[in-house]
Amino acid sequence: MRTVARLRRAGLPYLLLLPALLLELLVHLVPMVIGIVMSFKDLTQLFLGNWGAAPWKGLGNYRVTVDVDAPVGATLLHSFVVTCAFSVLTVGLCWLLGTAAAIFLQENFRGRGLLRAVFLTPYALPIYAAVITWAFMFQRDNGLVNHVLHDQLHLTDGRPFWLLGDNSFLALLVVAVWKTWPFAFLVVMAALQNIPKDLYEAAALDGAGMVRQIRRITLPSLRPINQVLVLVLFLWSFNDFNTPYVLFGKAAPEAADLLSIHIYQSSFVTWNFGTGSAMSVLLLLFLLVVTAGYLLATSRGRKHADA
Amino acid sequence: MRILRAAIVTATVTALAAAASGCGGGTSPGGAGDDSPTTLTYWASNQGPNVEADKKILGPELKKFERQTGIKVKLEVIPWPDLLNRILTATTSGQGPDVLNIGNTWSASLQATGALLPWNKENLDAIGGRDRFLAPALDATGVAGKDPAAIPLYSLAYALYYNKRMFQDAGISKPPATWDELVADGKRISKKGKWGLGAEGGQLTNNIHQAFALGKQHGADFFDRSGRPTFTSDGAVAAVKQYIDFMAKDKIIAPGNAEYGQNQSLRDFATGRTAMVLWQAAATTFAADGMKPDEWGVAPVPVPSGTPGTGRQTNSMLAGINIAVFKNTHNLHGARKFVTFMTSDSEQRLLNKTYGSIPPVTAAQQDPAFNRQDTKVLRETLARSATPLPQIAEESQFETSVGTAVKDLFADAAAGHPVTTASVKARLGKAEQQMTK
Amino acid sequence: MPSDTVRAPRTAGRRRSPTAPPRSFLWTRRIFLTALAGFVLLPVYVMLSSSLKPLEDVSGAFRWLPSELTVRPYLDIWHTVPLARYFTNSLIVAGSATLCSVTVAVFAAYAVSRYQFRGKRIFTVTVLSTQMFPGILFLLPLFLIYVNIGNSTGVALYGSRGGLILTYLTFSLPFSIWMLTGYFASVPRELDEAAYVDGCGPLGALFRVVVPAALPGIIAVAVYAFMTAWGEVLFASVMTNDTTRTLSVGLQGYATQNDVYWNQVMAASLVVSVPVVAGFLLLQRYLVAGLTAGAVK
Repeated sequence: MRTVARLRRAGLPYLLLLPALLLELLVHLVPMVIGIVMSFKDLTQLFLGNWGAAPWKGLGNYRVTVDVDAPVGATLLHSFVVTCAFSVLTVGLCWLLGTAAAIFLQENFRGRGLLRAVFLTPYALPIYAAVITWAFMFQRDNGLVNHVLHDQLHLTDGRPFWLLGDNSFLALLVVAVWKTWPFAFLVVMAALQNIPKDLYEAAALDGAGMVRQIRRITLPSLRPINQVLVLVLFLWSFNDFNTPYVLFGKAAPEAADLLSIHIYQSSFVTWNFGTGSAMSVLLLLFLLVVTAGYLLATSRGRKHADA
Repeated sequence: MRILRAAIVTATVTALAAAASGCGGGTSPGGAGDDSPTTLTYWASNQGPNVEADKKILGPELKKFERQTGIKVKLEVIPWPDLLNRILTATTSGQGPDVLNIGNTWSASLQATGALLPWNKENLDAIGGRDRFLAPALDATGVAGKDPAAIPLYSLAYALYYNKRMFQDAGISKPPATWDELVADGKRISKKGKWGLGAEGGQLTNNIHQAFALGKQHGADFFDRSGRPTFTSDGAVAAVKQYIDFMAKDKIIAPGNAEYGQNQSLRDFATGRTAMVLWQAAATTFAADGMKPDEWGVAPVPVPSGTPGTGRQTNSMLAGINIAVFKNTHNLHGARKFVTFMTSDSEQRLLNKTYGSIPPVTAAQQDPAFNRQDTKVLRETLARSATPLPQIAEESQFETSVGTAVKDLFADAAAGHPVTTASVKARLGKAEQQMTK
Repeated sequence: MPSDTVRAPRTAGRRRSPTAPPRSFLWTRRIFLTALAGFVLLPVYVMLSSSLKPLEDVSGAFRWLPSELTVRPYLDIWHTVPLARYFTNSLIVAGSATLCSVTVAVFAAYAVSRYQFRGKRIFTVTVLSTQMFPGILFLLPLFLIYVNIGNSTGVALYGSRGGLILTYLTFSLPFSIWMLTGYFASVPRELDEAAYVDGCGPLGALFRVVVPAALPGIIAVAVYAFMTAWGEVLFASVMTNDTTRTLSVGLQGYATQNDVYWNQVMAASLVVSVPVVAGFLLLQRYLVAGLTAGAVK
């Protein structure tokens, strides 16, 4: 009897994990394996109907994608650099805005509930609607942005383009931050609920000012959540497809050519799923390395702090 | 080590699961059959003002078909941005509709996938034979020398729409017939916030259509006989440069048009901001924007000689929608019947009239609706001076790469950067290299 | 926005009550929050004002105030696309995906945060790594799998809401598990043990103690799961048909071949957002109720 009970107890965690594992297998892992297989095939439209019959290409697709001297590789590299810059900036700004807003709203004051609701609205709007509104605002001739910058404040000489050329990176960044920071806000706000109030009171009695309280109490208690949050935000923005797709359509300007859009173009638009898959696999490998490094670094740091 | 072990375990598990679920090899393309003779699924493209309008237009016709044949047609109208992806996934999985609409520029690409039923002689005869259709429209249904992959359903061509009032105000008596005249007229109009010509610089397909027709006039095809891209040929470069120069050098296109991609140029035209646009069939849009039919005029798109024709006097790509049968259909017989119905003289007349397109079925063109000022020009262009885009499997890549090059060049021009033969050639060269073969 | 925290009477000299925030903090807060609210609300204002303009106005040069107010867009949106159906679909899909995702994640996170077992690391690493997959990589394979499952078992996943629910629920799963593990970790173990003493099993402890204590976190995760499903465009555009189409794709119907009905897009967006924002408002009460505060202390 006792062994059965022990077995049951040992099996419990696995039982709890089972549904998650099965779902991940079905929707992520198996398709990923198929995707990896595709990346070794010469999968053009000729074999779309029966892709099992597509000829093997070995590392051919990979060779094309990493050859930075040829246009395919060069544009991929460029897109990679753009995506890195975009992700780092988006994560940084979202975290900063989200944490600052959450801390400022920690204490009760009149209008707090309203502000909280206001801050969550970008998150509640359907992405398509939100982004298309920004596109509407960024129009060169009829948009709000140029109306304010040029017509009302006279800050620019001519009417700049926001959806073309180099400015498009800025436009993309603004939209992405606008759309994503409420998530950081939400998560940090939830985490702040768990910080006992008496910690602050004690610190305050010790004479710690606002800034020191934040640095000594708030930020350290946020650490476990921050570790996840920063990673989520990073992977999110790195793989963001919806924002550039709605903002720019199928062909994003060079300055805002995020990898996801780039890969979409290389597979769905040009019907070359082999090359597209190879690019995706490379992207996946990169993200794996970054994530592993990040987790290693942050976990070590955390253990250190705990000790 | 732990991570490595994790990776190995994961890989094994997933590989096993992949094998178990039997998804490793894709599906075999099944042949056509007649398993379900009384139903059909039809994917229609969005031709009307919106998807709901299409359902209202097609609904009664499908009912008519059901009364005639006893076959019930399940209709799904698919918006353009989704249509190609839906077709691609359907092709990959073998699970698609029985009958579907495709853009005629996709014909050769989709033909190469083998997902569409080839219209061999037997199939063609079942719908009344080749001769019922406009020859150039039938040319845009697949690679030359192969059985068509689709049948033309609605045809369109480009025309020059001009604002009569603005022409009058500028003292111009008739629409331009050559590009020199167009530029001269445009310059006379382009002042005080008004512009000569409108363009959709951000719309890849539109860019391609204009570049292609101009290319023909410069004696350039974008592909050689063996199907290799020749984007940097002198003719192609000259054609693209000529189009960009309307903004960069002649300054008859407003710089803002560089970012237009949602047909804003039509609205500019309807609101009197631009005097001319090159468009396919814009009458309904103008009406929706509050412009009366007698306020605008239509002329053939200019050509160097002033008289449109074939070869170097080509003035339009041949645009249109084709109807195709999915090879995996469960009701081949019914699908063929449905195509016969949709291409019948009466349906052609009715549907093309409603959508403002021109029937590719010649017998259906004898209707006053196709003899209005605009439809007459479109009809004549189709018959005399329109050429289909290259019917090659890589058409989609062509549209993306060259369309993007033109878009980028417009952006350069709008930003005031110089647009030279060299810079055009460089952009096109990059586009050419992106054509992976 | 004055602070209404109770201030202790001033003590001697310049020092104010130690618990009351300094004036500079209040000013920073005021300026920061106002600016942020402005940034957040700007597009919302554009939506609202544009949704009340006739089409000609919206397509012309931008104006802060509509020259003419009309409610036509709010009437037209229902006919241009079957908005009500798309909205229902989206609610069903996002709602079910959220419910399933959170449930599955709660179990998994509980196992990870409370038990030591072989394969724990493998599990977390694997689950986490799935979040890195670019959607493009597995769109086509996933489609193939769904079609195959449909062919062999008759369970229609392709084109059905079920397939979409399944897909979306796994999209949010990895990080829901991760984040819940973090939230659960902050719930003191003593609470579990107290529950055991009261005669609860592990599941009893989970639902009686851990879940209530981590409720704000669970709600945050639920909101995340909901929004992931609510906004997704790519998979929805390929995996749905006319009857199962969701809002994120359906709204594109206002941008038709020849025109973008800007005013209708905006009106429709606002209309469909109202219930969601209302739901958020309702939830945030729980989010901030500080349910844990009492328990932890």
